[in-house]
Parts: sequence; structure tokens; C-alpha cells
Amino acid sequence: MQRFAGSRPPGMDRLVEVSLSRRCDSEDSVQQSSTVTNLKGAPVEISVEVNGTSHSSDVEPRTLLVHHIRDAVGLTGTNVGCDTSSCGACTVHLNGEAVKSCTVLAVQADGQAVTTIEGLADGETMHPMQEAFMNCHALQCGYCTPGMVMASISILDENPNPTEAEVREGLEGNLCRCTGYHNIVKAVMSAAGGDQ
Amino acid sequence: MIPVAFDYVRAGSAEEALAALGEHGDEAKLMAGGHSLLPMMKLRLAYPSVIVDIGRLSDLSYVNDGGDHIAIGALTRHRDIEISDMVKEHAPLLAHATSHVGDPQVRHRGTIGGSLAHADGAADHPSALLALGGSVVARSADGGERVIEGGDLFAGFLESSLSPTEMITEVRIPKHTGEGWNFQKFNRRAQDWAIVGVSAQRSNGSAKVALVNMASTPIRATAVEEALAGGASAADAAEQAAVGMEPSSDLNASVDYRNHLARVLTRRALQEAGIA
Repeated sequence: MQRFAGSRPPGMDRLVEVSLSRRCDSEDSVQQSSTVTNLKGAPVEISVEVNGTSHSSDVEPRTLLVHHIRDAVGLTGTNVGCDTSSCGACTVHLNGEAVKSCTVLAVQADGQAVTTIEGLADGETMHPMQEAFMNCHALQCGYCTPGMVMASISILDENPNPTEAEVREGLEGNLCRCTGYHNIVKAVMSAAGGDQ
Repeated sequence: MIPVAFDYVRAGSAEEALAALGEHGDEAKLMAGGHSLLPMMKLRLAYPSVIVDIGRLSDLSYVNDGGDHIAIGALTRHRDIEISDMVKEHAPLLAHATSHVGDPQVRHRGTIGGSLAHADGAADHPSALLALGGSVVARSADGGERVIEGGDLFAGFLESSLSPTEMITEVRIPKHTGEGWNFQKFNRRAQDWAIVGVSAQRSNGSAKVALVNMASTPIRATAVEEALAGGASAADAAEQAAVGMEPSSDLNASVDYRNHLARVLTRRALQEAGIA
């Protein structure tokens, strides 16, 4: 929804009007819908495999996967950086594919396998992508980094020998405010080149 | 950031999904990849009471040879369309437009059925559907099924012509093997929606041109198509790109700028596609 960034978005009045009219059975309930009263959302039991370990819990259906990972599973390496599915700081692997965990419901991950940044290292041995990020100084504040690393691994999974342009396009879903991306791209190219 | 609470139903089959829609009517919304619906729910621009999760209906994820068309299951993820050899060979416009949707993470989750049902005039898929003369198959809770031509699918602003108890099961794209095509998407930042975009597809000596974000719905540039049919050059036909359009003015562009972009991008698309 980033095209609505900033002040009250153009078209939002029409959008709200359409949303309300679709929910309502009768004309006068448009007035009542101005306060959203909703007693729905009874918890659902889910079981998610995170970094190889199964975690079962009851979650409200509206729980985002990123919040489930951080709060219920207790792994806070995955970060929330925006409100609009833009920044990619929440990127994890769902069944081996990079996804934005802020735009996946925990219930959608029921019975599935999730890999977070905490699941990459083998004991004390860093994953090659983590090592490439370290060696190429591909982070400053580190907030975007877990998402960047997860997205980068996915790029190489799908395209083991990318050009620099393909790496930059592959990272379109991840925003960084500190580095200007230059060293991040170098890190991915380095990991692809097998310099590790 | 947190959606309004809702009840959750996971459908094990299309029939179960349709039964749930039949039960809850317009209180329910289908969720496939969720990458159009969830962002709206997180901003509380949408708050359905019931979410029917159809994301596990893997038998609706396919790219099949339908003879004169490609049959794509509604639950096919953008990523799978982007890399499909069959789509790249017979409808490369679709593969290319799909590769511009969002970013890789989005394309791992988003589906073609979800994108078309969302009916966003600013999205990439609908313009490709229109330029390719595609259609969708919609099944309803009462067991009926109908084929909806692309031009009839988009009813209004974020409003498809599907009834609340219908779901798209398949997308049919006529083959355009070897025919010229081009996709233009103008934006300022990676992963942004198009400020304006153009899909152009040559077909048996004629051409279809569809615009992105030039009206409240996905839309064909019929004035351009008529000019081309009358023998106009790309440059002359493209001058008609803004005719009949109602682009909005927003933080990204004024109406005048959008009209200008439509003309420039249409000319480029027609020339790149070898249409005129």
C-alpha cells in the first residue's frame, strides 16, 4: 500500500465507503458501522516448525507470523520495520521460500516449516551468507540485516550465479537506510562466487 | 498493523471454500496469498468477519496447455508464472508483467487469481490479461460455473464483477506465440506500483493495448487501438492514449503528468512491440 504513503491517501474516502457498503446488509447499518464492534477471532491451535523445532500454541487468527515468531516463539531476530509490507526486515523462509512474515498470518503457517535468521548458523559456524555480510561490511545498524540475509539466501537458491543487476533486483523487497546497498550487493556476489 | 479480529476457516477444497462463502456471504473474504488483502486489513481499510483460507488448494495451482490457450490455476503463485517455460513461450507478456509485481517475497505468495479478483486498476496483471484477451473461470457456491471475459471482470474501484459467493478457479490466456509484445512500468522506486503502465500485445495483425493506473479500473486504450486499426503510426496512435481515461491525481503524479506518461509509454510499448 506504499502508494498511499504520507497524508490521507487520495481515493481513501471512496475505499472506506466501498468497504463499509460491502459489510452492510442494510442502508441504516452504515451509521452503526462507524464503530467496529467485532466479537470474532476465537483462538485456533496451530503447530509451526521453526528452525527444525515444532512449536504448538493457540493464536488469534489475526496474529501475524512475524508477531508469532517474536512473541510466542521468542525469536526476536526477525524485525518489524514498516506498516506496508515494503521494508522486508521481517523476511523469513516459509517452506524454503523467502516471504514477508508481516504479510503472512500465523495460521497460514500451521503445519509448515519456517526458517528465521536464528536458524542459519551451525553451532558456532556462521552460514556463508552471514559470513559474507560480515566480511563485506554489509550492515551498519543491523536492523534490516536479518531480512537482507534471508532474502539474499533465497536469491542464490533460485539463481546461483546472479549478475550484480539481478542481485539488486532480487533485493527489491528489502530496504536499508544505512548502507546505500553497495556492500550488501557485494556480500551477495561474494557469497555467490564461493569466496567463503 | 494489527487487523480487526476475524474468524478463520481453512478450506480443504474449492467446494469447501464455496460452501463457506455461501454460508457467510459478503461477510467473508477468500484469502489466497493474502498480499492484496492482508495489507488492507493491517491498515484497517478492510475488515471482513470471516477469512476463508484457500492457500492450500494446490490442485488449483497449475500451468497447463489448453490447446489454443494456456490454462493457469487461480492459486498459481506469481513466481511459478514468472519462471514457467510455457508462459514464456506462448504469452511472454504475462510472464514479464508478473515479474514486475511487487518483489520476490511478494511473488512467492501472491497468486494470479487473487490479483485479478482484487481488480486493482494500478496492478500489473489485469493489464496483461486485457492485452492478451484473457478470461477467468468462476465457480459459484450453487455449483454453477461461468467464463468471464477480462473486459467484463473489472466492475469498479477495487471491485470485480464476481458475486460474494463466487471464486475464480482458472485463468485462460490465449496463446500469442511469436507475436510482438511489450510491457512498460513507470515508477520511481523499486517494488512500487506503476505510476502509469502499459501492456501492448500484437495479435494476428491487430493489437490490444491496456493501461495501468489510468482509471479506477484496469482499462483498454480503445482510442489507441482504433487509431492503429486505421493505420496510424505508433507515435500518432499513442497520442490517443489518454482519451477516455480518468487518471487520479495523487502524491506521485498529477492528472496532466499521468496523461503525458500514458502517451509516452504507449508510444514506447508500441514501438518496442513492433506494432507500428
